[in-house]
Amino acid sequence: MPPNQDYIAIIDYRAGNQTSVHRALKHLDVEAVVTADLLTLTKAAGIVFPGVGAAGHAMGVLKDTGIDNIIRVLVGQGRPFLGICLGCQIMLAHSEENDAETLGVFPGDNLRFDHSLPDEDGKPIRVPHMGWNTVERRVRSSLFEGVGEDEQFYFVHSYYPVPPPELVIGTTFHGKTFASAFGKEGTWALQFHPEKSGPPGLKILRNFYEYSLSLPPPY
Amino acid sequence: MLSKRIIVCLDVRDGQLTKGVRFQGNVDIGDPVDAARRYYLEGADEIVFYDITASAESRSIMLKVVERVAEAIFIPFSVGGGISSVARMRDVLLAGAEKISVNSAAVRYPGIISDGAEAFGSQAVVLGLDAKKVPPAGHCPSGYEVVIDGGRTPTGLDALAWALKAEALGAGEICLNSIDADGTLEGYELDLTALVSGAVEIPVIASGGAGAPAHLRDALVRGGASAALVASIVHYGTHPIPAIKEYLRSQGVAVRIPGVPGDGGLPGTGAGGTAGGGALP
Repeated sequence: MPPNQDYIAIIDYRAGNQTSVHRALKHLDVEAVVTADLLTLTKAAGIVFPGVGAAGHAMGVLKDTGIDNIIRVLVGQGRPFLGICLGCQIMLAHSEENDAETLGVFPGDNLRFDHSLPDEDGKPIRVPHMGWNTVERRVRSSLFEGVGEDEQFYFVHSYYPVPPPELVIGTTFHGKTFASAFGKEGTWALQFHPEKSGPPGLKILRNFYEYSLSLPPPY
Repeated sequence: MLSKRIIVCLDVRDGQLTKGVRFQGNVDIGDPVDAARRYYLEGADEIVFYDITASAESRSIMLKVVERVAEAIFIPFSVGGGISSVARMRDVLLAGAEKISVNSAAVRYPGIISDGAEAFGSQAVVLGLDAKKVPPAGHCPSGYEVVIDGGRTPTGLDALAWALKAEALGAGEICLNSIDADGTLEGYELDLTALVSGAVEIPVIASGGAGAPAHLRDALVRGGASAALVASIVHYGTHPIPAIKEYLRSQGVAVRIPGVPGDGGLPGTGAGGTAGGGALP
């Protein structure tokens, strides 16, 4: 049953790091539930889709449970939505990983990092891109309100998203410059893990929650 | 640009730190959760808990520690020590760790790396590799042999060959520990670090021997490591993490120096002091 108050739903697809996002929201005193229940998703003030694992597997679970369609419908209605890591990549239409057709909330593809690309120090990049990196803001977004430009965020991924240029919010360099934050107001995708990025990451989660509460209740 | 990471290692036995950690002001801390929280706020990029496990009972104590840590810090942390099954990996990850590290068990049964990567993704599986210098010959052409069981048991495996094999099996990262340098405080084994980090595509964490900030610089620059593991150098309070990071930055090493730590609700100010996205178009 959905909680009897405003809450954030964290999509449970039995592969991701839902518990980390849940703990981070709890730390912020945000009511949050980890769920695959369609009614609970539908009544949430906002939805977070975290993720690690492979694109093909995650899409399979979303299709089997019907969550894929619910996401498309709710996002289409403007329900606040935050995709994290794999959850960010899966918002695009396709991924090289498992050659998977993904949600297609936005057009775009996910490509694998090429290990032979040089990093800024001239050495080949490491794959996965693992560790802390900056996000250069390209446009203003309420998601990053109050988050310093020099703050760094925790990344771990071998594929990177290529959304349409007009959706890019922030970029990061790892052998090449890629979109580490993209979307439009209310529908956001982050390649990094805000739940594992210390205080600036928690601030982003709080911004998402406050944005979600600023809209009329969803029914 | 991707920052080089400083990873703090905490040894845990029966739910307590094996040695107290001394923070500034001579506060001595024995609780791993408190210590982790202090290091989180000081700017550690990641934390490793090494479980010096004595019994099945202490393993469930460790899971409780992991759960408490996951509620207290919001950076990645991993758990190593005595992990020898996918079921145990799952328990630790579900308790809230990002990664598990396998060492001796992976030498005895390399399939645990691929099984773990298959079940949880490569990013969750760290290979802990303890290497010892040997005369380069026959079975160990690189001049470094893999040793297990805390360094007591030689395996006959070449350290470089094993690192490459573990990468092929799906390890997401290698924590490369020099048994010779470990505990000396005289610096990381740079030849070993450079050898392995130059050969694999995945990140390599240099481990063993850190006694001064310059040692970290050497491992990260000359050794080519993506991260440096630290223990005594920070636990004794002589080199706080912010000072080490300032030093590394002054040496041209990219590091993360966080803004004002708060509860997450406070606006970060960033190292450069810029606030928010206000300057953006």
